[in-house]
Amino acid sequence: MQGTLPEPFRSWFAARGWTPRPHQIAMLDAARAGESVLLIAPTGGGKTLAGFLPSLVDLAERPRDGLHTVYVSPLKALATDIARNLTGPVAEMGLAVRIETRTGDTPANRRARQKLAPPHLLLTTPESLAVLIAAPDAADFFATLSAIVMDEVHALAGTKRGDQLALCVERLVKLAPSARRIGLSATVAHPEAIRAYTGATRIITAPDGAPPALSIMLPEGRLPWSGHMGLAAASQVMARIRDARMTIVFVNTRAQAELMFQALWRLNDPMLPIGLHHGSLEIGQRRKIEAAMAEGRLRAVVATSSLDLGIDWGAIDQVLQVGAPKGVSRLLQRVGRSNHRMDEASRAILVPANRFEVLECEAAIQGVAAGERDGDPPRPGGLDVLAQHLLGLACAAPFHPDDGYAEVRKAAPYAALTRTDFDDVLRFVENGGYALEVYDKWRKLFRDSLGMIHVRSTQVARRHRMNIGTIVEAPLLKVRLAGRRGGGAVLGEVEEYFAGMLSPGDTFMFGGRLLRFTRIREMSVECTEGGDGEPMVPAYAGTRLPLTTNLAVRVRDMLCSPATWGAFPEQVRAWLEMQRHVSRLPGRNDLLVETFPRDGRWYLVAYCFEGRNAHQTLGMLLTRRMQRMGMAPLGFVATDYVVGVTSLHLPRALPALFDEDMLGDDLKEWMADSAMLKRSFRNVAVIAGLIERQQPGAEKSRRQVTINSDLIYDVLRKHQPDHILLRATRADAASGLIDLDRVAGMLARIKGRITHMALSRVSPLAAPVLLEIGRENIRAEDTEDALLAEAEAIIAEATSERDPPPMRPPARPVVRKSPPRRVASGA
Amino acid sequence: MIAAPVHMAGERLMLDPAGGLFWPEQGMLIVSDLHLEKGSSLARKGGLLPPWDTHATLDRLTLLLRRWKPRIVVTLGDSFHDRDAASRLPGGELARLHAMTKAHRFVWVLGNHDPHPPAGIGGAWVETFAVGPLTFRHQAMAQAGVGEVVGHHHPKAYVPTRGARVSRPCFVFDSRRLMMPALGAYTGGLDVRDPAIARLFPRDGRVFLLGRERLFSFPLASLGRGGG
Repeated sequence: MQGTLPEPFRSWFAARGWTPRPHQIAMLDAARAGESVLLIAPTGGGKTLAGFLPSLVDLAERPRDGLHTVYVSPLKALATDIARNLTGPVAEMGLAVRIETRTGDTPANRRARQKLAPPHLLLTTPESLAVLIAAPDAADFFATLSAIVMDEVHALAGTKRGDQLALCVERLVKLAPSARRIGLSATVAHPEAIRAYTGATRIITAPDGAPPALSIMLPEGRLPWSGHMGLAAASQVMARIRDARMTIVFVNTRAQAELMFQALWRLNDPMLPIGLHHGSLEIGQRRKIEAAMAEGRLRAVVATSSLDLGIDWGAIDQVLQVGAPKGVSRLLQRVGRSNHRMDEASRAILVPANRFEVLECEAAIQGVAAGERDGDPPRPGGLDVLAQHLLGLACAAPFHPDDGYAEVRKAAPYAALTRTDFDDVLRFVENGGYALEVYDKWRKLFRDSLGMIHVRSTQVARRHRMNIGTIVEAPLLKVRLAGRRGGGAVLGEVEEYFAGMLSPGDTFMFGGRLLRFTRIREMSVECTEGGDGEPMVPAYAGTRLPLTTNLAVRVRDMLCSPATWGAFPEQVRAWLEMQRHVSRLPGRNDLLVETFPRDGRWYLVAYCFEGRNAHQTLGMLLTRRMQRMGMAPLGFVATDYVVGVTSLHLPRALPALFDEDMLGDDLKEWMADSAMLKRSFRNVAVIAGLIERQQPGAEKSRRQVTINSDLIYDVLRKHQPDHILLRATRADAASGLIDLDRVAGMLARIKGRITHMALSRVSPLAAPVLLEIGRENIRAEDTEDALLAEAEAIIAEATSERDPPPMRPPARPVVRKSPPRRVASGA
Repeated sequence: MIAAPVHMAGERLMLDPAGGLFWPEQGMLIVSDLHLEKGSSLARKGGLLPPWDTHATLDRLTLLLRRWKPRIVVTLGDSFHDRDAASRLPGGELARLHAMTKAHRFVWVLGNHDPHPPAGIGGAWVETFAVGPLTFRHQAMAQAGVGEVVGHHHPKAYVPTRGARVSRPCFVFDSRRLMMPALGAYTGGLDVRDPAIARLFPRDGRVFLLGRERLFSFPLASLGRGGG
């Protein structure tokens, strides 16, 4: 095999005792044949090197100036890390190859220099690539391009960043028609769709490594019925950390990370170096933790998905997953962090936090063994992303709409784009696309006599370049320690809504520290270390991933086949046996619905197994219908497995209740007003360029009066409900937060197959759900107005005339999305 | 619809959940910060927001006029988003505005967005307007005595509730001074805890959040201090 590797590569490999892997050679052969290929290889399979090797070989054989290869990574850090890792070998082999990164962090002078003297290999992100493409000199800059490498495509395809990248790649190919495309992906459920996404002609597959060794560890004593934090297992987690050299403890949310970190430190008598890593911590803090890991100075890190992707952080010999893994692919990604070598088995221990999670962990282990992968095929590209791209194209050079349409349709996410949608998007960019044509004189684009589209002014182009990107963050505030003379260290960021709940003197946990809130000043939350009282834990909207379809199906299959229960711990087996005895088990093809009375109310629990987002939608629709049918619903709870509804009257006529026609008017009515749709609209409006991002520096003062996207949504919905941005918003919501596809699929499937168990009391399987109802109850009439009325009543009572008004009413409602409980202080 | 009565300088005033203030004794409706043609103003600078904001704002004003049938209408400044806003009013909206200024006596208080009276809009234009014990102006004056009614800041309150944090435009009131919410369709808001607002209401301030049918009232202090 080594024979096909040319000098000086052969000697360099040989000097290290390395042998190129077959797929690395196959990539080299494909490059020589001028083919575009997708490489699918497991973690640790030498993917990145396989992607770069052909470019390095080409440049060694035919040295030349100009940009040769663009490499695009979803992570800035990954681009930087790879640049570093390549520079060494390139120098050792004496290759005259210049490698540079270009990301949002690249200083302006280096960016300018790169334009004058492009590196051979440019490592970048989708956003920075979009900026390059929107520049008037793009055609010159990319003219010499030979290869486009897209790394971690499995993480990009089907997302808005992925849509943006696909559009940019089509543009690159137009500017440099001979450029090859190389996709690099982890093993995926839909390889063919990923191939189409990258525009490759064929797939090269590297063999899977040794199968990972997975096991389940239960907390000592009684298995919790509910809860997702897994703190009951902290002492066992600590024991595992003690027995290994370097452990990553993966958890599912940032709040869980903070709590687990605290719990471990309370037990950390030997004072082992244990760190914390999550996406809200200040970037410098995260880099410090990563460096400490790489240098082997840590024994354990508690981490969220912030450590899922990318860089190799030294010798990790154990991965613990606390809480349900939520999906097979995600679990594999995490497990792959240990023993980052393909030929050795990775090891991981799953630590379920409650009974249901035991089933989910077992299902995930079976899914891994069966070689299953999750993920739906990529959805069609977003129209908001297209709007941003079309303006970028016009900023680079005038184009004809016919050519633009043809080019865009070559990108897989837009293959099915209709001409009408394209024209509507273009008209939106041009003049807003409103039925009321009053903005003609302020249009951003104009058409010349040949029908070519031009950008109106350099000012429009400049503003566009500042608004490029598809990541829309919730407003964040920095968490800053008050220094002696003002301006202390920044610890990270919290969402604005959490900051808004804090009163001076309140304590909260962040970055593993106990902090006392002093005040909000400009865009910072100022605090001091220490404090008393029960700390709150910041939570972040939308951080809980729904269960994947595959895993849901496996959990259901295990439930309805008692022969498989041998794998479960005794407590779980007994629990399921009891369920079989007093009610029945959810079937494979039917929908089990239990109803029972309790404390003067009725409960309805439907075992749908469609994931949290879909259940949330179903719960909203069910309560609306029950309201109309006179059952007086009081509220509902949605978990990953079930939806449970409480009502004053006995739920009846179940087939009518679950009839598909609830997707008609009820859905329309609810969607139009739902907060989820407004949230989607905000993202769409920012990406499409309707609302400008806050520029750095512009957010200095909160006094600045900004435009509220909800107000724009209301006005637009009233006057032009079919506006292209509203269409884009509905499409987003249907596949995302509202997960309409799964609701619709289920309602169709269970038609005529509802198994109703009318019970006299709560069933064993429903008990965990009941515990959740108390916590995350959403009432049918929970409109904002109802919530305000309730808050008003509580505060009025607490501050009634008779007593002096306390600064902090004792009954001040505590609001957090998750976790819904406070933790003991004294960390 | 339930309006909330408050008393200031011995006068009874009705807070309307649609964002207007009515003074029954004078038959006077007060509104603030209409920011007419803000949409087209931003469009000029490249932000092509939906163009129906003036229509939506005048809808709100129409509702208040029908409900209270005032003799006199006082707007507390920033009625027009910029100097040329009045000249950009679409024909239909201009006609609606003309009909309003014919049917009611309009007093336009000047604001920082509209410091000069626009041509062709009926009514009187004044820096401040005083009736009885009350003084109407755009921006609050720190030294003002009891009975100041102001706009300018677009006050908005964030209330933690059981479900989520809810934010709404609101009135701010402390029996010496009343600050009005903005009526304009595209007007964002400033958190009432911001020192720019909070320092105007040092003691016993209350906020009244606008709701569909009624107002929701909270002590300003219960919302926490924004700092500063």
